[in-house]
Amino acid sequence: MSKLYTGAEIVFKCLEDQEVEYIFGYPGGAVLPIYDELKNHSSIKHILVRHEQGAGHAAEGYARSSGKPGVVLVTSGPGATNVVTALTDAYMDSVPLVCISGQVPTHLIGTDAFQECDTTGITRPCTKHNWLVKDIKDLSRVMHEAFKVATSGRPGPVLVDIPKDIQFAKINYAKFKKEKKVNGKLHNKFSSNEIDLLIDLISKSKKPIVYTGGGVINSGPEASETLKEFVRLIGFPITSTLQGLGAFPGDDNQFIGMLGMHGTYEANNAMHDCDLLINIGARFDDRITGKIDEFSPKSKKVHIDIDPSSINKIIKVDLAIVGDVNEVIKLTIKRINKKQNGLKDSNKQKISKWWEQIQKWRTKDSLGFINSDKEIKPQYAVKRLYELTKNQDTFITTEVGQHQMWAAQHYKFNKPNRWMTSGGLGTMGYGLPAAVGVQIAHPDKLVIDIAGEASVLMTMQEMSTAVQYSLPIKIFILNNQYMGMVRQWQELLHEKNYSESYSEALPDFVKLAEAYGCKGIKADNPNELDEKIKEMIDYKGPVIFDCHVDPNENCFPMIPSGKPHNQMILGPNDKRENKITGKGKSLV
Amino acid sequence: MPSPKSAYSIPTKIGKLDTHIFVVWVDNEAGVLARVVGLFSGRGYNIESLAVAEVDATKNISRITIVTTGTPQVIDQIKLQLKKLVPVHKVADFKREDKKVIFKEMALLKIVAQKKKIEKCLKECKKFNPVILDKTNKSIVVQITALRREIDKMSKKLKPYGLTSTSRTGAIAMTRGAETFK
Repeated sequence: MSKLYTGAEIVFKCLEDQEVEYIFGYPGGAVLPIYDELKNHSSIKHILVRHEQGAGHAAEGYARSSGKPGVVLVTSGPGATNVVTALTDAYMDSVPLVCISGQVPTHLIGTDAFQECDTTGITRPCTKHNWLVKDIKDLSRVMHEAFKVATSGRPGPVLVDIPKDIQFAKINYAKFKKEKKVNGKLHNKFSSNEIDLLIDLISKSKKPIVYTGGGVINSGPEASETLKEFVRLIGFPITSTLQGLGAFPGDDNQFIGMLGMHGTYEANNAMHDCDLLINIGARFDDRITGKIDEFSPKSKKVHIDIDPSSINKIIKVDLAIVGDVNEVIKLTIKRINKKQNGLKDSNKQKISKWWEQIQKWRTKDSLGFINSDKEIKPQYAVKRLYELTKNQDTFITTEVGQHQMWAAQHYKFNKPNRWMTSGGLGTMGYGLPAAVGVQIAHPDKLVIDIAGEASVLMTMQEMSTAVQYSLPIKIFILNNQYMGMVRQWQELLHEKNYSESYSEALPDFVKLAEAYGCKGIKADNPNELDEKIKEMIDYKGPVIFDCHVDPNENCFPMIPSGKPHNQMILGPNDKRENKITGKGKSLV
Repeated sequence: MPSPKSAYSIPTKIGKLDTHIFVVWVDNEAGVLARVVGLFSGRGYNIESLAVAEVDATKNISRITIVTTGTPQVIDQIKLQLKKLVPVHKVADFKREDKKVIFKEMALLKIVAQKKKIEKCLKECKKFNPVILDKTNKSIVVQITALRREIDKMSKKLKPYGLTSTSRTGAIAMTRGAETFK
């Protein structure tokens, strides 16, 4: 008879076999047997957070910056309910998470026991799949399946709920063999015929655009390399969603900026006027499309995605290719090169007029802003931060709001997995714990959370985690004392009725930093900004940087609600110009 | 249109709705029905009827039949979303008008009335293979099998004759001929 292991030991055996190095968690009554077992497994390090939501976001930051699944360990009841926001966030942004939750013993399930909740019921709509393990015999199978489901196809969060008696129960453990063939739910069945159709569309188009999303990042770093090769080969302009930033170098001339609600003038106009739109790993989110009826009305649309349910969900496409982004583009490049029908050269000629048009749109400088020498403009702060950190491999996380959009607009990403932001769910409080997770995965790299003062207060407690593990994360707060994006909407749509969007009684962030045992820096003058940013970067420990910015600045350009891409509101710079010339618009 | 004051777009016109019957083969495990039904409620799809039972005890497979309505785009989404669920093996989708598929629903009808009226009821039911399951002086329980809309009609028709309660299974489906759905 082989050796018997407890359920808690099996959990760790599975984690070891899955090569898990870090788990983010918080102990409690129903997971104590698992926590008791932790000391016997030195290859797995536990990161103690201050709130379970923080554990979830930290695991997301870890997963998105490393490409490995993030593992979360929480207790029953409140532990599980607190992690729901992070699970939903991971579900919306396709981040692989494996959440293990404790549960009351099986005989107490359904009796309203202490710290009991219907965890699998609550998390069913916000996970790819979840399991309640009611029999020790199922535990190892479920654990391994959990990792498989989380990481295969379109990645996402899963949850395994383990009652306390199962953690104590004993059984033998069969050595895990990693399967080569992945989950049956993985769809990678595109045909070479579809690739030929795509190449045909590419060779015929005169006004093309490539629109990429988070799917390229999720397909692995190799996909970004392949994308670069593909886009350079065909010479098309490329735009990216919020989640896709970094897949293609942000400072490259072919990159025309982010698209969507706060995207650039050139990207949105190109989306509207194009005759061929190639969507690679994006999902036609409503922040991207604007008014559906008038979305890119003249174009043939191609959609490459691993998730068949993303196709034709919002926008009907002419050619759908279901498959892994990297595989699809690789094959496309191969076939273009094989054909050698002069496509490479003729193509660039054909679209030269289109590039001229794009250059005209570019002269609008839609990300421009009126700088000040008295107040720090938030855009200026992000620009300076970029200039002073671009010479090193920097990882950026953000919270949600105006600062997030300014970061996306003004920070240029050149590599994938360097940009972690909550896009789908838009979770304020994401950035600080995510930075913790990123720093765990990349201990020697510079990790900055570009934050807003309102967002960061939602998960501020995780500074304590950063200090405990000596994680030198930098929290760069663009402090405008408002929930800026809410204020902007109220200004534009609700007659400047700033209902509850001003935060009175904000803490002194420098003192708060000191209270947590880290460094606080405050800046409110543009002349001292560079010097203070350098001070932040050079400090070998966590920093909270309180950057006081102009409280009235709005985030432009912007597509207002219910409007198509070619009806953007531009910034004050443009308005002023228009007033002066009177014919501003006709000039472009 | 006046400004909607919204961060979201304005709904576009809803197209023509079709009735479809989905047949879903799933692992018969705890919570699987909740997953399927939760998908419908969570994404705002409609369920007209639902029938579910285990069909293969050795392989532990249940067969779920769902009648739903939606635009072609929504119907397509339902199918693709169902296929993404981990315990779902395969999904078949039939249009109600599809001649290659048999759709049937069973109903139990309780009629409380005098003999004459009961006789009349039975006569009305004749087309739908009526089986008398219970009979007293004052009442009768009849089983009929028919299409959904035929049962709809019957319930309306039999009300004046003393139909007091109806129990329906919801539609189930099977393709005609020797072929099975793969």
